[in-house]
Amino acid sequence: MSDLTIKNLKKGFDGTEIIKGIDLEIKDHEFVVFVGPSGCGKSTLLRLIAGLEEVTSGHIHLDGQDITDVAPAKRNLAMVFQTYALYPHMSVSKNMSFALSLAGADKAEIERKVKEAARILELEHLLERKPKALSGGQRQRVAIGRAIVRHPKVFLFDEPLSNLDAALRVQMRLELARLHKELNATMIYVTHDQVEAMTLADKVVVFNGGRVEQVGSPLELYHHPLNQFVAGFIGTPKMAFLGGSVKAADASGVTVALACGPEYCLPLDGSALKAGDRVTLGVRPEHLQIAAAEHSPFKVRLDVSEHLGADTYCYVRTESGELLTVRAPGDFAGQFGERASLIPDLAHCHLFDADGRTLPKPGASARAA
Amino acid sequence: MNISGLQSGLTRLAQRVSSQKGRFPGASNQQPGTVSEHSRRIGLAMVSPSVAVLLAWMVVPLAMTLWFSLLRYNLLYPGESDFVGLENFYYFLTDEGFAAGALNTFLLVVSVLAISVVSGVLIAVLVDGPFWGRGVVRVLLISPFFIMPTVSALVWKNLLLHPVSGVLAALWRFFGAEPVDWLAEYPLETIIMIVSWQWIPFAVLLLMTAMQSLDQEQKDAARLDGAGALATFWHITLPHLARPIAVVVMIETIFLLSIFAEIFTTTGGGPGYETTNLAFLIYTQALLQFDVGMASAGGLVAVVIANVAAFFLVRMVGKSLTDKA
Repeated sequence: MSDLTIKNLKKGFDGTEIIKGIDLEIKDHEFVVFVGPSGCGKSTLLRLIAGLEEVTSGHIHLDGQDITDVAPAKRNLAMVFQTYALYPHMSVSKNMSFALSLAGADKAEIERKVKEAARILELEHLLERKPKALSGGQRQRVAIGRAIVRHPKVFLFDEPLSNLDAALRVQMRLELARLHKELNATMIYVTHDQVEAMTLADKVVVFNGGRVEQVGSPLELYHHPLNQFVAGFIGTPKMAFLGGSVKAADASGVTVALACGPEYCLPLDGSALKAGDRVTLGVRPEHLQIAAAEHSPFKVRLDVSEHLGADTYCYVRTESGELLTVRAPGDFAGQFGERASLIPDLAHCHLFDADGRTLPKPGASARAA
Repeated sequence: MNISGLQSGLTRLAQRVSSQKGRFPGASNQQPGTVSEHSRRIGLAMVSPSVAVLLAWMVVPLAMTLWFSLLRYNLLYPGESDFVGLENFYYFLTDEGFAAGALNTFLLVVSVLAISVVSGVLIAVLVDGPFWGRGVVRVLLISPFFIMPTVSALVWKNLLLHPVSGVLAALWRFFGAEPVDWLAEYPLETIIMIVSWQWIPFAVLLLMTAMQSLDQEQKDAARLDGAGALATFWHITLPHLARPIAVVVMIETIFLLSIFAEIFTTTGGGPGYETTNLAFLIYTQALLQFDVGMASAGGLVAVVIANVAAFFLVRMVGKSLTDKA
């Protein structure tokens, strides 16, 4: 068992608060990804969990035991660092067995564990090499192997793939996913890359400015973002935001007049809104359709198109100057400067109030209450 | 002249050390084609004046030293300069000062190396972490290196160690002890102490900067692996410092072989031959006994010793330097 519970955790450096009170529960065998823009405190939280930084206030529990003030080595956690942090003068096998031999483990036992880790990571033929003779991906695997041999309760990864090139990153991502299944381990993974977050995670924790914005499965975050920040952060290309104001609102629908012209009636619970309130409409590139100019009141002018083969990302400019991305079919033939119109899929649009909170679906608030 | 013989030996040691890394730039990777052949010739022509000057600088004194070492050449007996073969070498090597000088040179080099490397590592590790006034402390630690050897030796001799008016004597008296006459009772140890005081800063300077390149994540990883302060020092810090320590050993050896000013200003090589090293022995031969022939022979012996030391140093240290690069 390895359940990790974080209660009202705070951390400040020289009076500046980096982590502003975080509550979080991580269950056994979960792959949890901390994601957020740089400087949001996700790496600091990981270091707090590892014990490399001292907690200012709050508690961390692992399996019911308070580990807030326990020494890092005694917490039964292993961490994989962004720069791998391999010991340059030690061979691969020495790197992996370092923790065990420091703990005074039996020689045969150490060798068995190192062999086992090397087998899982396909490092058997490299055991006698020094880190400098390895490629980036191999070094990364050694760093993971160093964590595996300790059989920790929780694996911590601090942006482990950001030093690899794009092709290798995809490959290592798959290997990590496979490793998680194979070891059946609890893993916490920090990244700023939301693709890694979406592909690897059972549970994504979105951070912003030292706070947790939302916790949920990747698809939950994608479909039901709690606020504008999460909506904009999850999904590539990014969700587009269009300013507008409320014309009419009740518990079953909201009519919005967008700044760029058209009016839409969205099936959302608008009981908290009144006519004239400023709102933001959020719509993802995949929920927009390009049509001929006369088909829709949502007039746009085509900008640059990016042809990716399967899809075309077409950038369009509204009449009020906002730039949107539309995901069009691969054979999309629109030309730069052409006039067109957009048809949004209203069932998948999000509406955010002036504070950036997402408006609930009709009946959702009743269920929550 | 005699000292220049030793100097040229040291110059050659330095040249050997530096030639480990790069020879003439551009001369190595060139294909013998028309254009590169041409530019290579121009390159050679351009560097040849300085090479020639350096060569003359080295060869002329060496040749003269060689020649003088084979003559009976004493400034007290002008006009006499008979060829005596290897007689000078025989007398120099069998002189009672030679064995003492060689031993003292060895003791001096090895002890100062050991002291400066060990305390250099410890001090460098100690001042690595952040603390209030670190910048000032670091400058103070390095400052002894900027003091001239003669001056520092005089300060030690007259202000610190003097048995009547020295600071240490006052300290000893304060505790009711009999002041120690350092330079009379422990002459070689005292010289080792003075020279170490001068060379520790050099080790600290190099090792301190090397400490800054130690990866913080490596230390974090070691902490998570369960390494305490001692284990981290032994398994992470010390291996990281292996190369800078090799550099310190190499450079210090070159300079410590020719320690002279400290001995000249404090003990004058005495009592007896107790603090006479080879450099000082040659000085006494040439300038106190005016025996140019014998001093030249001594200079050549020192050159041989310096080269032997250089050979082993480059073998040991130079290999580890190029190896890891």
